Amino acid sequence: MMKQLPAGVGVGFKPEHFDAIIADPAAPIAFLEIHAENYMGAGGRPHAQLAQLRERFALSVHGVGLSIGGEAPLDNAHLARLKTLIQRYRPESFSEHLAWSSHGEAFFNDLLPLPYTPATLARIADHIAEVQDTLGCRMLLENPSTYVRFEESTIGEVDFLAALVERTGCGLLLDINNVFVSAVNHGIDARAYLADFPLEAVGEIHLGGHDEDMDDNGAPLLIDAHGSPVADAVWTLFAEVIARTGSLPSLIEWDNDVPAWPVLRAEAARAAAVLARPSRHAAA
Amino acid sequence: MTALSAFAAALTAPDRRPPPEFAGRAERRFAVYRNNVMVGLIRALETRFPVLVSLLGEEFFRAMAREFTRAHPPSSPVLMSFGDELPDFIGGFEPAEEMPYLADVARIEIARTRAYHAADVPRLGTDAYSELTPSNFEAMLIDLHPAVAVIHSHHPIWTILAMASGWQPAAAIEDWQPQAVLVNRPDLDVLVRPLTTGAALFLEALGAGRPLGIAATEVAQDVPDFDLPAALATLIGDGLATRIHVFGGDLP
Repeated sequence: MMKQLPAGVGVGFKPEHFDAIIADPAAPIAFLEIHAENYMGAGGRPHAQLAQLRERFALSVHGVGLSIGGEAPLDNAHLARLKTLIQRYRPESFSEHLAWSSHGEAFFNDLLPLPYTPATLARIADHIAEVQDTLGCRMLLENPSTYVRFEESTIGEVDFLAALVERTGCGLLLDINNVFVSAVNHGIDARAYLADFPLEAVGEIHLGGHDEDMDDNGAPLLIDAHGSPVADAVWTLFAEVIARTGSLPSLIEWDNDVPAWPVLRAEAARAAAVLARPSRHAAA
Repeated sequence: MTALSAFAAALTAPDRRPPPEFAGRAERRFAVYRNNVMVGLIRALETRFPVLVSLLGEEFFRAMAREFTRAHPPSSPVLMSFGDELPDFIGGFEPAEEMPYLADVARIEIARTRAYHAADVPRLGTDAYSELTPSNFEAMLIDLHPAVAVIHSHHPIWTILAMASGWQPAAAIEDWQPQAVLVNRPDLDVLVRPLTTGAALFLEALGAGRPLGIAATEVAQDVPDFDLPAALATLIGDGLATRIHVFGGDLP
């Protein structure tokens, strides 16, 4: 059984930051998150770095390729690779996405959207149960950012996630940037989404940057690009959530156009300052 | 066809048509996914094949990578093996036929990423060879380290690699001769260095499980100036082996 991530700030680990992180013991970092698929080689530098970092930091293993939302059965070979990685590093958390990335023989290397229906709910609940049985731990499932919605969807996203928690006992990874991106893209209210969100199931928060584009009608379309600072609107929503929940493990994701370490460190410090504020939760 | 099947089919379709359910109402929205998929996979290839990018230029490489990705989409979420078919693809890619050495450059880059991720197996030091005697030399089997690879080419592949990587000043190659390279990862950094044709064939034979004496004899027949002591010096000095044994067990 896994321990829990510490209720502090983490960053998505990028190998180019390795030396800077090692040389910065005062950084406000309680945990690191890795993309599982980047550590599925046998040895070499990725594992040498991770083994060294693991001695100092709590670890979150975040999968981006299991295709839990896919139509096909889970890829047993991939599940076995995840199990090997988790047994090797004993992370405090394992998480994946409410999305699919493989179909037929092809892997698309993207987190793709799915219809929310009783049939997809049943299938994904089965997949989550299989993951938890195989890995021997509770997993966290992340809410997606989406650009399209399916006509056949009959269940709201929050209700869908809540039902998965109830059926499988999994936890949730609340990506607040994803909430904001999807809310703008689909003309819904991010605060209403968060008001309904089952916060008691949240084991980790993600914060990341997005880009702005335009949709077919000239309306704003936000892209979940992870290549820029967290937007002010997302910081505000984050502070509101933390005021309700108290401190939670909170991660800065910056995967593209990766900045120098001091820039990422400053984002982490900003998140740490939000976690340090007295909350209604703590006062209650 | 399910919603996901239609979605998947449209992601990489060259006609850029969205699934029917998004046609006319959310085409730009769907295009974000199509773009993410293609850009992400092309970027993975650029990361794996930096020397090809430098030889071909970014624009040409991306155009080729797009065609390759349509023909050979990755089947595994572990992208470190995506692009394994690129050397053969380049070999048959008409716009690149004036650069027939590209496939071998791609083979070197594949060997490099494999070496980068190869298992951390202990290597034999020079003292491990002290038990070698003329009488047991012939039958000796050598296991090469999983990070070790040999690539030989009909083209001056080492010179091309060194120039494209900035290790040698770029210049016209006057003496167009076959060359071979050794890929290895002594610690965490992957190294590439030139090999003589004889040493390359010898190491390849050992890697294929030929006994040492037989490998030496066969290479000497094919390569008249084969320098066995120099090839053994590479094997031992570069720490390429993980185990010396004979059929049925370790050295007595």
